[in-house]
Amino acid sequence: MPEPLITDEMRAEIGKESPPWTCEVDKTAIRMFARSVGHTDPIYYDSAAAKAAGYRDIVAPPGYLGTPVFNPNAPGRDMMRGGAQPSRPLKRILNGGTEIEYFDDICAGDVLTAKSHLAAVEEREGSIGQMLISTNKTVYTNQAGKVVAIMTGTGIRY
Amino acid sequence: MAATWNDVKEGMSIPELKKNCSTQQLVLWAAGSGDFYQIHYDKDFATGTGLSNIIVHGALKNAFLGQLVHDWIGNSGRIKSYGCSYRGMDYPNEDIVCKGVVTKKYEKGGEKLADLEIWTENPKGQKTTPGTATVVFK
Repeated sequence: MPEPLITDEMRAEIGKESPPWTCEVDKTAIRMFARSVGHTDPIYYDSAAAKAAGYRDIVAPPGYLGTPVFNPNAPGRDMMRGGAQPSRPLKRILNGGTEIEYFDDICAGDVLTAKSHLAAVEEREGSIGQMLISTNKTVYTNQAGKVVAIMTGTGIRY
Repeated sequence: MAATWNDVKEGMSIPELKKNCSTQQLVLWAAGSGDFYQIHYDKDFATGTGLSNIIVHGALKNAFLGQLVHDWIGNSGRIKSYGCSYRGMDYPNEDIVCKGVVTKKYEKGGEKLADLEIWTENPKGQKTTPGTATVVFK
């Protein structure tokens, strides 16, 4: 059996909330996202079409939860690599899965505040060898203080 | 035509969505999503990490599945939750066929709901991105 990857320091991080960061939901970014996926529904491109369909403005397509505001002078934020480290360095990262729960519409003009925490860590032996699997939950709250989405992301390091 | 509540039947397949990513689409997605990890557009970098080629972003396949479900319900409803696991890699210039089946139709808390199994299929017919979705109808 290989040495366990998960350290006590990693376990101690479970549930600790990150500092908040801001994700802007704007028209140009939504259009870029929708275009890159290949969406054809005009609610993702055109305000009038979105309003006619009952939305406040251009709609955030599935999977788009705003664009984190980029600041070249702020320290980097990397949930997968940052924080407590496993017992030996792991070089490679794969995205294991994504789950999003929605509680309200997200539309152009919204400003979301995101906070995340490590929800679980486990290790498994797979075809690619010993893997460290981290589950992160990110809670997105809009400008009105309403939780609009929770994203659960699984990261695999090996 | 968007599906309506009356159209929904357990066991029914929803219309397929066929994708085939050019490397250009992966670069578009990098910009659209903010994921600039080089394994998705730099072949030398990708093979340097042990991959056989550039791979399609997992989150892009997740977004494809979101489009699959959205295109099915259109403005008849909303996606309440959806997600998937990234089990197998997909490559540029290969078909990625998004499919879904309704597994449950029910009412709960005054909402008209349907659960689906959703997935992407590679040219070998393997489900590389299996997942689930729940939609709420108006």
